[in-house]
Amino acid sequence: MLRFCTHVLRAHGIAASGSSIGFTTVPFFRWSAWLHTSVPNYHKPNSLIDGQEKVDITYIDKEGKEHTVAAQIGENLLEVAHDNEIDLEGACEGSLACSTCHLIFESEDYYKKLPEATEDELDMLDLAFGLTDTSRLGCQVVVTKELDGARVRIPAASRNFYVDGHKPKPH
Amino acid sequence: MLRLASQGASLALSSNSLCNSHIASLACSGLRLWSAAFTTTSNSVPEKLHVCVVGSGPAGFYTVDRLLKRYGDRVHVSILDRLPTPFGLVRSGVAPDHQDTKNVTNQFSSIAADPRVSFLGNVLVGRDVDVNELRALHHAVVLAYGAESDRRLGIPGEDVVPGGGVFSAREFVWWYNGHPDARHLHIDLSKVRSVAVCGIGNVALDCARTLLAPPSRFVHTDLAAHALTQLMGDHQTGGGSAVREVHLVARRGPVQAACTPKELKELLTDCGVSARTAAPDQLTVSEADSAEMKATRLKRRVFELVSKAVADASAADAAAGAAGGSSPQRRRDLFFQFYRNPVEVLRGPDGAVTGLRVERTVVRPDGPGGTSVAVGSGMFDTIPCEMVLKSIGYKSLPVQGVAFDCRRGIIPNVAGRVLQQADASASSPTSASTSGSAEGGPDEVAAANVGLYVVGWLKRGPTGIIGTNLVDAEETVDSLAGDAEALLRAGEMSHGSAGPPGAAGLEALLRQRGVRVVGWRRWRLLDEHELAAGRAAGRVREKVTEVREMLRVCGFAVE
Repeated sequence: MLRFCTHVLRAHGIAASGSSIGFTTVPFFRWSAWLHTSVPNYHKPNSLIDGQEKVDITYIDKEGKEHTVAAQIGENLLEVAHDNEIDLEGACEGSLACSTCHLIFESEDYYKKLPEATEDELDMLDLAFGLTDTSRLGCQVVVTKELDGARVRIPAASRNFYVDGHKPKPH
Repeated sequence: MLRLASQGASLALSSNSLCNSHIASLACSGLRLWSAAFTTTSNSVPEKLHVCVVGSGPAGFYTVDRLLKRYGDRVHVSILDRLPTPFGLVRSGVAPDHQDTKNVTNQFSSIAADPRVSFLGNVLVGRDVDVNELRALHHAVVLAYGAESDRRLGIPGEDVVPGGGVFSAREFVWWYNGHPDARHLHIDLSKVRSVAVCGIGNVALDCARTLLAPPSRFVHTDLAAHALTQLMGDHQTGGGSAVREVHLVARRGPVQAACTPKELKELLTDCGVSARTAAPDQLTVSEADSAEMKATRLKRRVFELVSKAVADASAADAAAGAAGGSSPQRRRDLFFQFYRNPVEVLRGPDGAVTGLRVERTVVRPDGPGGTSVAVGSGMFDTIPCEMVLKSIGYKSLPVQGVAFDCRRGIIPNVAGRVLQQADASASSPTSASTSGSAEGGPDEVAAANVGLYVVGWLKRGPTGIIGTNLVDAEETVDSLAGDAEALLRAGEMSHGSAGPPGAAGLEALLRQRGVRVVGWRRWRLLDEHELAAGRAAGRVREKVTEVREMLRVCGFAVE
């Protein structure tokens, strides 16, 4: 969410452009100050809103590194990733017009707890790279108490992306 | 530089064999190259890696994104575009009624505004600067300029001038999206009642939707003003578009159609069209087709959407007929002409298009690589039409000084490393799809043009969606990273410890040549101008569609 806002601001030349999104500290700080009245802590925006329930979600990034974060109930998994500077793309910014926030649930149990994907989500998911039986679009999965402890993987291109079963995708 | 490049190639070989096996070690190679930079030169000034990306569409921008993420402050990227406007097909290809798909430009703008990035618009590689000069000014050049030409039908009547009436879908989409190159195409929809679109991918659907949907759908979008005028009409042009039917002409059947459910559903349910077929054979599917539909949701959805829409339209006709009296139908017709192969564009004595002659096909499952292939049956039909759009695939154009595979329409490469001229013909047909095996043996790697890379449609062919370029860019940047150490050393050898001048050097060269470079700030002037003009008219944006006018708005003096 913060990253998205920063994008929009910087796109319009407003926010400081000191360094890249991944490395920036000052713009987040400014944003936090603007958005929240309590003392801002840009590393853990979730803790700003006291009393809001959080659950643990583990993201496994493209390099296989694990990031366990405190996810705010009610946010979607794309927002949570961006809040915690996890490298998950969201090209269409959550409007079901792309499939870049594709996530794979490591455990079928957690996957089954999710409300069923809408036809619109499934239509976009069908185009995602590396689709599995426990795939969802991150922007469509809302964090609930039941997702506490869930592990989700961000699919990475395998070495043999263009050899193993690569089908040219429509556009 | 070539001598140095070949030295670099052997270095690249050794670093490749070390880094080959693990993605994680590629991250380590970033650390290694910086320590190498420290130990190699006596001055030990940490160098920047200077990269030039040619093309500012999704492939180009995702490449810049990956470079920034990998190298932090140790990289500077020039990103070029031949137009003053960035974003490639996101601006000129994505349909005006798909504004959400354009959200990615927010991310791209953020990247371009970064001080490590220099956007240089209105710079044509081949005219204003050539590839060799770019390579001399940077450590690495990544070609990302996409596909600005088209596959041809190769049938009689296709290219008759005067007469016109036949356009590629790319040209038609550029036209309604306000691309300066298509601004003056001879399109006059007031004289067109029926359009034949060859192809049934999502671009074909975009064309059909623009032609058939009520024009009010586009009023508040960024559809180009001249196109909106033609669709809606005004006191000067009269009643607007005369188009009442569009035929989607596909050589094979519904299960082979390249379009996807979301776009198909939109066309069939949101646009006030009646879906039709011209003959009963057109919705037949084979046993193999049925099996494929069982296995693949996407295929099943496409078939169900089309069959249901056609059935609904028949039922509606029957109901209207039963009710008696003339039907007040204002709905336009969308014909799904499956199993029809275009064989000739028919023209009248004045050269104007009058129809498309098609041969009925039968699909056989025994094509190359197990694909299905359409075979002629000897039966012909004529589809009456006044305009033909070819939506059968984009094609890339070669750039001087770089090998090009004319058959596949791509720059020959292995995992994004461009192959040298001599090896271009050797890019093996057995290497899967387009970019070849990532397992390229030592010979292929050694023959790679170290320092020259390719990404996007130019690398793998014109398929995939915006997000496909993300994965693609990762692969190309991985290849570049594997060569980075060698490239930095080569840069030192030719330019001294500071390495090549990168964007600063390129800007100086272009200035010297009197090229009117549109940097990011100038684009933002144009951007704000279009947004403000749009606001004044109740539209998302009012695009400027001539380069001269763009340059004037950007602050250049134009005659």
